[in-house]
Amino acid sequence: MMMKTVDLAEQSLRALNQSLHDGEMLSDIREWRVTNTDGAHNIACGLNDDISVDIDGHAGYYCAGMNQRASVTVHGNVGVGVAENMMSGTVRVTGDASQSAGATAHGGLLVIEGNAAARCGISMKGVDIVVKGNTGPMSAFMGQAGRLVVCGDAGDALGDSIYEARLYVKGRVGTLGADCIEKPMRAEHQEELAALLEQAGIDEDPADFRRYGSARELYHFKVDNASAY
Amino acid sequence: MTDYSSNPTLRESATYGRDVIHEIQRAAETGIYDIRGWGAKRKVPHFDDLLFLGASMSRYPLEGYREKCDTRVTLGTRHAKKPLVIETPVTIAGMSFGALSAQAKEALGRGASEVGTSTTTGDGGMTAEERGESTKLVYQYLPSRYGMNPDDLRKADAIEVVLGQGAKPGGGGMLLGQKISDRVAQMRTLPKGIDQRSACRHPDWTGPDDLAIKIAELREITDWQVPIYIKVGATRTYYDVKLAVKAGADVVVLDGMQGGTAATQEVFIEHVGIPTMAAIPQAAQALQEMGVHREVQLIVSGGIRNGADVAKAIALGADAVAIGTAALIALGDNHPRYDEEYRQLGSAAGFYDDFQEGKCPAGISTQDPELSQRLDPVAAGKRLANYLRVLTLEAQTLARACGKSHLHHLEPEDLVALNVEAAAMARVPLAGTDWVPGQRF
Ligand SMILES: Cc1cc2nc3c(=O)[nH]c(=O)nc-3n(C[C@H](O)[C@H](O)[C@H](O)COP(=O)(O)O)c2cc1C
Repeated sequence: MMMKTVDLAEQSLRALNQSLHDGEMLSDIREWRVTNTDGAHNIACGLNDDISVDIDGHAGYYCAGMNQRASVTVHGNVGVGVAENMMSGTVRVTGDASQSAGATAHGGLLVIEGNAAARCGISMKGVDIVVKGNTGPMSAFMGQAGRLVVCGDAGDALGDSIYEARLYVKGRVGTLGADCIEKPMRAEHQEELAALLEQAGIDEDPADFRRYGSARELYHFKVDNASAY
Repeated sequence: MTDYSSNPTLRESATYGRDVIHEIQRAAETGIYDIRGWGAKRKVPHFDDLLFLGASMSRYPLEGYREKCDTRVTLGTRHAKKPLVIETPVTIAGMSFGALSAQAKEALGRGASEVGTSTTTGDGGMTAEERGESTKLVYQYLPSRYGMNPDDLRKADAIEVVLGQGAKPGGGGMLLGQKISDRVAQMRTLPKGIDQRSACRHPDWTGPDDLAIKIAELREITDWQVPIYIKVGATRTYYDVKLAVKAGADVVVLDGMQGGTAATQEVFIEHVGIPTMAAIPQAAQALQEMGVHREVQLIVSGGIRNGADVAKAIALGADAVAIGTAALIALGDNHPRYDEEYRQLGSAAGFYDDFQEGKCPAGISTQDPELSQRLDPVAAGKRLANYLRVLTLEAQTLARACGKSHLHHLEPEDLVALNVEAAAMARVPLAGTDWVPGQRF
């Protein structure tokens, strides 16, 4: 198995992404390292191969956007929309993530070892997101499916207008958004949370978490709901 | 229905007409706003208020049946490695699977492909049927991102980032529970049968500077192969078009207030946005000032019904047009054949707009398996192809009369307006005068 390092001070982002996409032709390279990122946007987006990419340094917007199969680790902070619309694979951020981390993602695992800003997991559609620190306001807004785990505190309006996503928070929740309620933590939830934490490599006790989800009151347009909007 | 119009002792109020009274009563009974499909039904200044100046002495016409009037248009020449070439400048607008049946989507693809033009997905993702039957398919990238996935993105011939729609600029989508069938629910990752809300703002970018990065991401993911469009509803068009160009659009899609919708609040449909005719000159001005007119192409929609509308939109500065409502009518929507069934739904052929209910007798705006079966995608596709050919022939007829060997050679100078409103909005002279209201000399 070969490893290749791409220095973004030397090579363009376009060339990097193209070679990551052309994986089949370069199939002997399964491990990639990207250096001198300088906060560039759109690093390693659109991957669709069983490769691993280590990004040394901070990344800008949409890092690992729409990821499929690949395992991407950012050794630093990321900008808006890390792993947005991810389908599968794993994206790990060792630092903090800006807004809309994991937005609309359908699958895969996103781990943020620092904090995530506002709207983490907005419109999530099946992804699992584990945040070691805190999340900002409006996280899991309109969350449709998947699980969001927050080991720190969650900001205001958590799970606003949520559909079927499941939320686990260890710390304080600022406020719950419209139609989001606390739900009992049954054995099956403890189990799924334990598995998620293990997968994310985060050492926490599932018993310390509370579960939140949809009251399903806004699933049909009714006049009585008007004040909720 | 009783005809009251012949009874002179009954005077209908201009302010509180029967429709207004009915709406007040409906609101009082239900406590919720009215939701419907179709587009604005009120009368607004439109292409009917414009006329072409055919050639005579001062201009030389082309021979109607012999001399060529080209209709081919290339979209996305600015950045894409593979621009989209369409044989006629009439495209099919984005309409979602969910709003429309799979059969209707397939028929749209068949009709468009037969004449060499493109069709467009919609909120809810790409179906195999429409990809299979559409030789040129534009993939919509919407705020909801329902069914959005990179595999389909890479299968698309162009990508359309939707910021808004003419029927509801500033509003998100809705799809009522009746239409959330198993397949629609699964494609959108939603529970079956719920009243679905689509967001009005994209989840991972806010202003035009962010959008520029988003567009760069879409280009990176698709290796800069395909054109990227930005679709906006017509409101502050001059500024929106400039920002779209700045954000990196290859093509701007401009949808006027008459544009159709699958389901929107009536108050939204009728009271937000500006007429298509008023928006085009603003867009053309913005493109010209930035030096990119016809380099960043302009696709216009909202109330395009015949070849005259096509030719007039192009003369005002569009590169192509898109049709929604008219395409559905060509497939069979609102056909008199179903009048009895429309009446059972409280409507009539020619009036039916309750697309949200999913009970469309023609099998178009429905997910009901039995109703959908009524639409034969092959026959309906053929009707659409016929209609698209007529639009093209009509537009060519007008262009030849004005002496143009390509539809794109039409220009505002070929047009006059029938009334002051149209003259001011379209920025062409009132017929028989050299007066363009509002023009500063
Ligand atoms: C049934 C129906 C569904 C539509 N769905 C979408 C959609 O999913 N996305 C979108 O951008 N526009 C949608 N539209 C708007 C069309 O793309 C287009 O802007 C409009 O229909 C053009 O105006 P016209 O109907 O007068 O031709 C829809 C329109 C109709 C009639």
